[in-house]
Amino acid sequence: MRMNPAQKRYVRRVFVSMACYLLTLSVALHYVGGGHVTGPLAYLLALLPGLSVIGVFWAVGRLLIEERDEFQRMLLIRQSLVATAFALSIATVWGFLEAVSLVPHIDAYFIAILWFAGLGIGSLVNWLTLGTTGGCR
Amino acid sequence: MNNRLKVLRAERDWSQSDLADRLAVSRQSVNAIETGKYDPSLPLAFRIAELFGLPIEDIFTSPTKG
Repeated sequence: MRMNPAQKRYVRRVFVSMACYLLTLSVALHYVGGGHVTGPLAYLLALLPGLSVIGVFWAVGRLLIEERDEFQRMLLIRQSLVATAFALSIATVWGFLEAVSLVPHIDAYFIAILWFAGLGIGSLVNWLTLGTTGGCR
Repeated sequence: MNNRLKVLRAERDWSQSDLADRLAVSRQSVNAIETGKYDPSLPLAFRIAELFGLPIEDIFTSPTKG
């Protein structure tokens, strides 16, 4: 499928965010995880991978604003809602199970991973109900 | 919502991509509207009507009458 200008900007933003994520994660793991850096600088370096992932959320938000094709915008909204419902539902249920020690602890950033997986499910829902995936790829 | 988009497009020998380009939307949008899976907004419905030189009600069938 041909990409419109908004979708091209989205792909570029996601690529930059993910490149930043990989770079800052390796730096944080090496310097903070390895104990080479402590104090405020350690906090700053440990924050950077998370901020890079926020860049992907921002890219999705910008695509919602900049997408001029109303049908494509609707597909993306549906996809994002499915992803949000999927991630929050699992996080909520897991949290209660974890509170009574029935499941092991999972780091909070897994919610973001669930949300990205939810985008894939949302895309599948769009395809099954409207015959096209659209939205985020 | 039922519509005559496919017929009107065929009369002009336009493909879905041709119509999509003229409306500045994706081919998927045209297909979704033609098959009744997506109802266009009022601004897009007006753009479609103006492109074919017809009133909106000659292209889209009112849900209360369809």
